[in-house]
Amino acid sequence: MRPGEPAQQVASSRPSLLEVVDLDLAFQTPRGRVLALRDVSLAVQPGEIVGVVGESGSGKSTLAYTVMGLLAENAEVTGGAIPFEGRDLLSMTAEKRRRLLGNRMSMIFQDPTTALNPVRSIEKQMIDIQHHQGGSRREKRRRAIEMLERVGIPDPQSRIGGYAHEFSGGMRQRICIAMALLVKPALLIADEPTTALDATLEVQIIHLLKDLQREIGCSIIFVSHHLGTVAELCDRVAVMYAGEMVEYGTVRQIFHHPGHPYTKALLECDPGRIRTKTRVLPTIPGEVPNLVEPPSGCIFRERCPHSFDRCVTEVPAPRDLAPTQWARCHLLDDAAEAPA
Amino acid sequence: MSALLSVNDLRVRFRAMSRLKAMATRAEDPFIDAVCGVSFDICKGETLGLVGESGSGKSTIARTLMGLVYAQEGSIRFDGQELTGLIGSARKPYRRRMAMMFQDPVGSLSPRLTVRSLLMEPFRIHGITGRDPAAEADRLLKMVGLPVEFGRRYPHQLSGGQARRVGVARALALEPDLIIADEPTAGLDVSVQGEVLNLLSRLQRELGIAILIITHNLNVVRHMTDRMAIMYLGRFVEVGPTDAIFERPRHPYTEALLSANPEADPDAVLDRVEISGEVPSLMMRPSGCEFHTRCRYAQDICGRVFPQPTADGGEDGSHVFKCHFPLPA
Repeated sequence: MRPGEPAQQVASSRPSLLEVVDLDLAFQTPRGRVLALRDVSLAVQPGEIVGVVGESGSGKSTLAYTVMGLLAENAEVTGGAIPFEGRDLLSMTAEKRRRLLGNRMSMIFQDPTTALNPVRSIEKQMIDIQHHQGGSRREKRRRAIEMLERVGIPDPQSRIGGYAHEFSGGMRQRICIAMALLVKPALLIADEPTTALDATLEVQIIHLLKDLQREIGCSIIFVSHHLGTVAELCDRVAVMYAGEMVEYGTVRQIFHHPGHPYTKALLECDPGRIRTKTRVLPTIPGEVPNLVEPPSGCIFRERCPHSFDRCVTEVPAPRDLAPTQWARCHLLDDAAEAPA
Repeated sequence: MSALLSVNDLRVRFRAMSRLKAMATRAEDPFIDAVCGVSFDICKGETLGLVGESGSGKSTIARTLMGLVYAQEGSIRFDGQELTGLIGSARKPYRRRMAMMFQDPVGSLSPRLTVRSLLMEPFRIHGITGRDPAAEADRLLKMVGLPVEFGRRYPHQLSGGQARRVGVARALALEPDLIIADEPTAGLDVSVQGEVLNLLSRLQRELGIAILIITHNLNVVRHMTDRMAIMYLGRFVEVGPTDAIFERPRHPYTEALLSANPEADPDAVLDRVEISGEVPSLMMRPSGCEFHTRCRYAQDICGRVFPQPTADGGEDGSHVFKCHFPLPA
């Protein structure tokens, strides 16, 4: 293994289902080019749930939308590749790419209310989404009802004829999940699917996703800023900050032995992890850097309590902490070289 | 200690269907009770947390206290004065002593005013002439930890955390005795959330303000509040000292709500009490105990008889819950 090589590419002998390789993406805005994703790499193995965490503006949703090909018009991919099942999504024709959506990959959105069409019945929408699948209309309707039953919609036979407004928020998200998984995709992208839901529903939805993932055997990219749900659902976690992926590892590595100062700070800020009651909560001082002109060197250095000279001049390369964990931080160099 | 704010048997009703529809469908009651039989006290310098899921009536209570929604029944006493009958200018002096932080930090600031004019507005509205409003605006900005130059910015030029700070500054402008904070951390990142909460507790320590925090974030409630109340379908199902409730919840709904808080630890031993189903509609409240349709301890009596409040635990019996089969203390 060459030093600095992201470990997960070497560690796994299985071919990845999806890879994001050195992705660069910019948004053209009146205030200049916002470098929203810089040198982002990620690999998703078959049947694995990968969590992408980070604060608002970290680029986690942009990453999800890039994989789905749902970017706004002012977005421009300036470098990198996204091989999915061996074929690069970025160099594929638009038509070929469209054929993958709702077939090999599907998506669940943050707000189930706007994700469903208000003027088409659930039945029609669920039949529409199977347009890549074979079978008669009747067959598709039967499959839709089965799936609604599976996600816990009571009395699906009659309720399938209803419209989105006739269901509660939790029910709507269940319908969205049913629609996304109806086609048995290889990859499901979930963009903050529980943010709009209450705590007790959030738990129900997380469990439902996990059960269905096991049944179907698909991979999931789970985008969230909620550390609790990520810890509960995901196998691996990617931590993003200001458009860069700063750390990647298994869920236990990230939550028990975080390597990057940002990951550590993020975990410390979570009031749920503070056992003793306190009136003074930890924060990360400073602000997210301006991505029109990102600072030189390490992206986190302005807020990092441990930053030193090298952080200003040199962009840290990914360093392996373990065969399945890496982080971009100069501090890890000494730690990694010492035992060797 | 006498209470600063004392709410008794508050009831707020909203019309759920038009008169015509009510007539056509022969609905017995075209209204819903958004808040029903709610009583609580807040003392000077104390923090009370209101928790519950969406639609449980938390924000309605806040809006009723501020006089933005009309209370159908019950009393709201602030510093000894009954507020429910007061309208318009008669209420104005009290409104000055109670300030509200609204849920949406950017949406609650007028997009056409600069931060400085937003901070000067309360002085103008309440006709306070003795002080220099511009100097006051600068003082407030400093107090909430924003640079004075921010006075020239417009709300769209602020980040979520900064807009929150302006919201806090506006709420503090007239030195209120009570701040009502409706979801003060909604939409904020964890690294910024701490800043806003630390600011609120610092100002509470320095100025002795009482705070009513409305949130569904249980972690915030655990760290920030002295007492908490758990709402379900517009009623309090449990009220008491925060520590006691987190230690030993007595109502099954509280138990489920507390255990539904996902922990940021993949190896956490989850002794989870999952509740099935969803919140019932306010149009069709369940009979008896309103939680019995989702409660795993429910027995025959729960569907028939409404449980009376039981006071138990705490030195002063301030831990109150409504359940026929409460969890052991």
